[in-house]
Amino acid sequence: MATPNTPLWEVFIRSRNGLAHKHVGSLHASDATMALQAARDIYTRRGEGLSIWVVPSTAITASDPTEKGMMFEPAESKIYRHPTFYEVPEEVGHM
Amino acid sequence: MYTQALNTAETDDRGLEDAGRAAQFQARIDAEERIEPNDWMPAAYRKTLTRQISQHAHSEIVGMLPEGNWITRAPSLRRKAALLAKVQDECGHGLYLYAAAETLGTSREELVDAMLAGKAKYSSIFNYPTLTWADIGTIGWLVDGAAIMNQIPLCRCSYGPYARAMIRVCKEESFHQRQGYEIMLTLCRGSEEQKAMAQDALNRWWWPVLMMFGPPDSTSQHSDTSTKWKIKRFSNDELRQKFVDATVPQAQYLGLTIPDPGMTQDADGHWRYSEIDWTEFKQVLAGNGPCNRDRIAARRKAHAEGAWVREAAASYAAKRAHRQTAQAAE
Amino acid sequence: MATANIEVSETPLVLYALRRADDALILGHRLSEWCGHAPMLEEDMALSNIALDLIGQARELYSYAAKAEGKNNDEDKLAYLRDVRQYRNLLLVEQPNGDFAQTLVRQFFYSAFADLYWRAMMNSCDTTLAAIAAKSEKESAYHLRHASEWIIRLGDGTDESHARAQAAIDHLWAFTGEMFAVDDGERVLIHAGIAIDPGTLRGRWLQTLSDVASEATLVLPQNDWMQQGGRVGRHSEHLGHLLSELQSMQRTFPGLTW
Ligand SMILES: [Fe+2]
Ligand SMILES: [Fe+2]
Ligand SMILES: [Fe+2]
Repeated sequence: MATPNTPLWEVFIRSRNGLAHKHVGSLHASDATMALQAARDIYTRRGEGLSIWVVPSTAITASDPTEKGMMFEPAESKIYRHPTFYEVPEEVGHM
Repeated sequence: MYTQALNTAETDDRGLEDAGRAAQFQARIDAEERIEPNDWMPAAYRKTLTRQISQHAHSEIVGMLPEGNWITRAPSLRRKAALLAKVQDECGHGLYLYAAAETLGTSREELVDAMLAGKAKYSSIFNYPTLTWADIGTIGWLVDGAAIMNQIPLCRCSYGPYARAMIRVCKEESFHQRQGYEIMLTLCRGSEEQKAMAQDALNRWWWPVLMMFGPPDSTSQHSDTSTKWKIKRFSNDELRQKFVDATVPQAQYLGLTIPDPGMTQDADGHWRYSEIDWTEFKQVLAGNGPCNRDRIAARRKAHAEGAWVREAAASYAAKRAHRQTAQAAE
Repeated sequence: MATANIEVSETPLVLYALRRADDALILGHRLSEWCGHAPMLEEDMALSNIALDLIGQARELYSYAAKAEGKNNDEDKLAYLRDVRQYRNLLLVEQPNGDFAQTLVRQFFYSAFADLYWRAMMNSCDTTLAAIAAKSEKESAYHLRHASEWIIRLGDGTDESHARAQAAIDHLWAFTGEMFAVDDGERVLIHAGIAIDPGTLRGRWLQTLSDVASEATLVLPQNDWMQQGGRVGRHSEHLGHLLSELQSMQRTFPGLTW
């Protein structure tokens, strides 16, 4: 019997309370419990983390880079969504 | 360096691919943009990177063996903990790098199989034996020193996952060279016997370390493709010279003699080293170094003896998934 | 040209600290033998982490023993210049790594004990020992979890892994009794509130073992004949070889700094 390849997991770590989890890398593990343990042993050896998420790599759906134009460019022209678009006289103070 | 066999980039087969896409790709590279896994890339770029990153990963893993040889014999508890942590870091580096290589579409299993089958290369330096404790100091000082020299520019490599892995690796590397140098310093401040041990280790490792940077620029083929793709930012000889210039004063501070009587310092401060024995280098890369067979045998043994463990974990995971589905169906 | 062994004045407190330090060092050393050879890279990382925790515990306990002794000894002299008859570790921890199952079962037996032991020792009236216990307890708790998860996977994995795990349990079982034994010197420390009585932990230890074993479809042996001797320096043949490797530098080059 050929052993199937050990599944790949993506690891996300929150380094401090108040911060979001951030992708730090990947690892191989047979199941979620082992993936979590391995993530701890590999990615938090220097006190890098307070919380870990592991996600099967196959569970991630990614946007298609060739659709970058359609996906992201339309947002670039909407400059009126940014505060700097509007003029408020200096005398009014910070707003 | 850790990928020294590979100054042979894949030949450009862009002719077969969409010329427009290739031009766009090169424009992105020229604009210092990072290429990410799902982006279009020339097949040759993918192939070159897969080979380079996996060779780098194999080097980290095989590199655990010569130093691992001394973990059980480290002369103090402090040294033992530091060495174990260091060798463990190298394992982590291999792991990050395999993961980076996998983003290009080849599984870790396939990459490892190629190495175990003797089809993939790893750095020639790890085919030399560690005979005394001074070798551990010398490896940290020189081998890790040379690796860092090579890896810092790779943090800006055009392929995003490789660059990110290298940033993490470089952060961790910073203690490796220092712990090596500290070992050397302790030996050189110690007894005559210890100092002789340090000098002997330097004598044996110096030339193999210079070989780590790969063949001279005059003979390395296709290095220009890697440069054009911004995988490689400095030539072998440039990095080698930088390394020598950095290392000579460190050796002087230790009171050790670099085993190159012909070495001279030129007017602009660079240390000119003598001719490197490239025949030895080629032989070691071809599998004829003092430890090539032992290294591969050790990795094969670990892989073979671990098979039943990996099978057990996979089988348990399958059973558990099955039980969970059955439960959900109830 | 061997360096002579140091002499240690083994007061009850010194002996107490040495025994725990030796346990941690010898087990840490054994685990470090895996470095570069584990069944998968992820496990190489894990075993090295456990080894580093244990070596760290050993260093603190040796330093404490040296301080309690008040002679000229230090962590390295205690580790490198005592011979097999002077080592005080449990027989369990000096047993060879064997296959991955044997390593993990040894770790499981020990960590299930150490976790309970250090947790109880956090109440020691000796503040140094209580502090060492607090740190070691967190480490042992993780070691126990790691080992338990593996025992479950090996036991309930394939036929081969099940057989190997069961064989390891059967083989190592006889070395577990020593963890709970107490001698007169230690009893004095227990009465003084410095040490705790490990005998009181056996019930909970057994409970942990049988919970994990049953999930792993493994069985714990019924025989209660137990090997003893490690605590007084009567070891298995394996320890001498381990020490000759561990101590080779210090024995070959007497009195140098590394
Ligand atoms: Fe390295
Ligand atoms: Fe490394
Ligand atoms: Fe390193």
